[in-house]
Amino acid sequence: MKNRMDSIAAISTAVGNSGISVIRISGPDSFVVAEGIFKGKGSFSSFKSHTILYGKKIDPDNGSVIDEVLITKMAAPKTYTREDVVEINCHGGYVTASKILELLYRQGIRPAEAGEFTKRAFMNGRIDLAQAEAVMDLISSRTEKSSKIALSQLEGKLSVEVNRLRQGLVDILAEIEVNLDYPEYDFEEITAEKCSVRLEDIKEDLKILIESFSFGKILREGMEVAIIGKPNAGKSSLLNRLSRKNRAIVTDIPGTTRDILEEYVNIHGLPIKLIDTAGLRQTDDRVEKIGVEKALEVIDSSDLIHLILDAKSGFEKEDKDILEKVGQYSDKTLFVVNKTDATDPEKINEIRNKIPEFLEISVLEDSGINALECEIYKFVNKSRMDTDNLVLVTNARHKMLLEEALEGIDAAKSAIDKGMTLDIISMDIKSAADKLGEITGHMVSEEVILNIFQRFCVGK
Amino acid sequence: MGITFEEYDVIVVGAGHAGCEAALAAARMGAKTAVFTINMDSIANMPCNPNIGGTAKGHLVREIDALGGEMGRCADKTLIQSRTLNTTKGPAVYSLRAQIDRRSYQREMKHTLELQENLHLRQEEITDLLTENNKIVGVKTHLGIIYPCKAVILTTGTFLKGRIIIGDVSYSSGPDGLFPADRLSESLKGLGIELLRFKTGTPARINRRSIDFSVMTEQPGDNPIVPFSFEHETIDREQVSCYLTYTTEKTHKIIRENLHRSPMYSGTIEGIGPRYCPSFEDKVVRFADKERHQVFVEPMGLDTEEVYLQGFSTSMPVDVQIEMVRSLPGLENAQIMRYAYAIEYDCINPLILKPSLEFKKIDGLVSAGQINGSSGYEEAAAQGLIAGINAVLKLHNKEPLILDRSQAYIGVLIDDLVTKGTKEPYRMMTSRAEYRLHLRQDNADARLTPIGYKLGLISEERYQKFLKKQQAIEKEIERIRKKNITPSIEVNNFLERCGSAKIKSGVKLSDLLKRPEITYESLREIDPDRPELPASVTEEVAISIKYEGYILKQMQQIEQFKKMEKSLIPEDIDYNKISGLRLEARQKLSEQRPVSLGQASRISGVSPADISVLVIYLNAITRRSNENDE
Ligand SMILES: Nc1nc2c(ncn2[C@@H]2O[C@H](COP(=O)(O)OP(=O)(O)OP(=O)(O)O)[C@@H](O)[C@H]2O)c(=O)[nH]1
Ligand SMILES: [Mg+2]
Repeated sequence: MKNRMDSIAAISTAVGNSGISVIRISGPDSFVVAEGIFKGKGSFSSFKSHTILYGKKIDPDNGSVIDEVLITKMAAPKTYTREDVVEINCHGGYVTASKILELLYRQGIRPAEAGEFTKRAFMNGRIDLAQAEAVMDLISSRTEKSSKIALSQLEGKLSVEVNRLRQGLVDILAEIEVNLDYPEYDFEEITAEKCSVRLEDIKEDLKILIESFSFGKILREGMEVAIIGKPNAGKSSLLNRLSRKNRAIVTDIPGTTRDILEEYVNIHGLPIKLIDTAGLRQTDDRVEKIGVEKALEVIDSSDLIHLILDAKSGFEKEDKDILEKVGQYSDKTLFVVNKTDATDPEKINEIRNKIPEFLEISVLEDSGINALECEIYKFVNKSRMDTDNLVLVTNARHKMLLEEALEGIDAAKSAIDKGMTLDIISMDIKSAADKLGEITGHMVSEEVILNIFQRFCVGK
Repeated sequence: MGITFEEYDVIVVGAGHAGCEAALAAARMGAKTAVFTINMDSIANMPCNPNIGGTAKGHLVREIDALGGEMGRCADKTLIQSRTLNTTKGPAVYSLRAQIDRRSYQREMKHTLELQENLHLRQEEITDLLTENNKIVGVKTHLGIIYPCKAVILTTGTFLKGRIIIGDVSYSSGPDGLFPADRLSESLKGLGIELLRFKTGTPARINRRSIDFSVMTEQPGDNPIVPFSFEHETIDREQVSCYLTYTTEKTHKIIRENLHRSPMYSGTIEGIGPRYCPSFEDKVVRFADKERHQVFVEPMGLDTEEVYLQGFSTSMPVDVQIEMVRSLPGLENAQIMRYAYAIEYDCINPLILKPSLEFKKIDGLVSAGQINGSSGYEEAAAQGLIAGINAVLKLHNKEPLILDRSQAYIGVLIDDLVTKGTKEPYRMMTSRAEYRLHLRQDNADARLTPIGYKLGLISEERYQKFLKKQQAIEKEIERIRKKNITPSIEVNNFLERCGSAKIKSGVKLSDLLKRPEITYESLREIDPDRPELPASVTEEVAISIKYEGYILKQMQQIEQFKKMEKSLIPEDIDYNKISGLRLEARQKLSEQRPVSLGQASRISGVSPADISVLVIYLNAITRRSNENDE
């Protein structure tokens, strides 16, 4: 059959998130293959659609049992992809899951590309392109807030704003074009200066949209918060506290953490990626040295830095060195003084002399942690309005198109400055409008012509 | 049954601007051709404005000429005034426009047809198309004669069921007092072709002796005259002027008071008129706050006192027309020779055509011009030329000539018609062309003459001349790019006089030419060893260098565009099997059956999301068929 899709499979739970892994298979062969590797009460084919079965996974080559599984059978078309779908729940995390996957691949199932299930849902008419793109974002969104943005995008908030800007460009274009196509008529000629002013307005709004992307990215992919500081300051302890897990090893030996550790946490509905780092100090230990280098890289790439100071030890030489290193990142540095349970006013003052403002916490006594979380939240929302009312660009393709539109406007403006002719200026404005039209799905040239006839009186 | 006469390869129905080009192209390509006209004295008539060219239309004429068509040559021979429009607005929109002595134009074109080898002219009305199994086999005329043929090109203009409307008077008629073609419509319907009804109009003609030109603005022609045809280097001719006057408050009042008598507003006219060619009453209603409108007084020829009132077309009753005309400054005593009228006619929905202008469902049937929903002489001629070419290519079992949107305005025109369709008579505009900076009138020969040569429409002699010109252009561009200019006092004085920044170190001559305030001509002063070159060469040289960056950018866009055009959609594709398509898109695609992804993307009702679905689907098929091949 010509139009038949092949069958695909992938682990559909995020790796390492939980004890259970879900493997999803979609496509015409999924039932046949499931039949071959599943052993339960009765054969797979005899089960009803949309039921969950208990059984064992076996290796069809040698009959050996791999794992106990729960298996869901869903027949087309009432499935996510509108194809036959099988979902296998197995425990034992990534390793077992990969084994099952390998088995499936051996049976002729193809590994799914990233987002391919959604792509199929889209192709089979379950969702449209804008939805598909938003769903792709939803898949990777880890918390509620982010989902909300994905949803409001489905509702076309972005489209409305992009359309408004595009309309502005179309208006300018019509005024230029009517002059080019009807030179014998006495319209007020659009001047380059006027054109430039109007372009500038549109450009400003476009920039705001583009900037919203980095914020959208934080909401979608999580903001990266680096925890840095001298050895033994309590960095790993803080990571464990914020993530409510015993993720990092904590000892009173300075230099415990050698590598970077990442952990996702949810702070007031925002996804945050915490990064614990090796304590920063001069060291001859080869392993630790690498850790320190990595920590420095993280300082650079993260969205927010928590510089942890130790109230017990006070301000030391190492702290001074670290201060110098983060000097250039002052915009994104939050100073945190830990171990306030084991200090005296003297030591705190010592620190205050060097650093005027900081947050006081004690991981041990669980004090100041709430305030710290609030600071993180505030930082994300810094100078932003309520996210619920923001028009956010969360999709990389949209951002790229917006940037290309901006380039077009810049080119038009520079053509105006250089004294270029209207045909050239119009070319750049048109390409900007076209880029925006690619987001909203409009054909610019037709609209310009429509606009000309609506606004100008021309003809024989 | 009638008598059967001579057999032809190609029969052209109608000898207007489309028909003439179609007939000449077919005959020149060696097909035995006949062109039929209702009136032998009306060949290549201009029943409306007595001019050729203008924005975008001038481009079309250049392209017709570059491919080996006739319109440009004929216009050059008979023009009585020439102007280049938009000279300050950029090379993409420089446009030639000429006032034509319309009787001379007709005589000239008719004589060209008469002299053409392989071409017969016949004064007979075609009443029936004869088909067998949806394939053209001949035509039948009003005299009952049957002419067997392999292909028919319909170029019926506004003649099909033509009906003229003036106020509450209306009667069956072709344009300009000619007989309509009333019977062919039925034959077309019999073949399952759905017909639409379009409308257009023309203003009154006045005896110039009754006009006072002293209160009007004179509009003389340009000197020197720039020819349309690449075959002509110069035209040396006495020119006549046009005049500009304006409507007055009184004119507008007459319209407002008599609006109820306009057939447009009383409902007598059912045809759809063009927005860009509105009747004057339309202008007054739609743009109520515009205080005055321009009216251009244009001569109809050298041996006539008739003049044309451009901008003043109407279908008001004659008594209102007289009042209207006489309310114009300078026309208080105007003597109207022909009244303005609106004309309705049958045309097809061009969506039923292939990009080659062949009917999708009837083999051997091709159409061009107003019957395809366009308006304008130039638009008609351009389609006629392509229709003639493709009718013959089809006879020889060759691929049709399809110019794409990046190659020619002709490509934009035909693609718009057959892909987007039209709800009103379609006029070419430069804003319709995406790649305007490339589709200039100065380089039409570079774009199209090699194609015309391959088709046999461009003579060897002309082609050699063309190649020489291209070499000269390249050589001069090279020279200017290489030539060093040192910051001498002489050079800096020159720059200062041009209002341009002085140079401190050496630059290339091309760098100076790129400055907007400096022209190729003015550079002569500091470029003494410049070779003597014809204007047609230096113009292209100057544009190529001056706009180099922008042209490059456009070429990159064109490359992108070509990719989509080259992704062909299999002819047997079943859109109903692609369930990801929205219902509307699925219907439109199934109906229109675009040849490429590019064409599909321009169909109205097909969204970018639908195109993504198509892309994924086509990729999937090719991937699978590749796998199957392995
Ligand atoms: N008194 C007190 N001790 C704390 C507090 N937080 C952490 N500690 C202790 O400080 C010591 C070091 O803690 P870690 O979290 O391992 O410190 P670190 O900054 O990750 O150290 P390195 O990984 O070596 O750089 C441990 O013994 C913790 O129990 C606190 O708030 N109060
Ligand atoms: Mg640690």
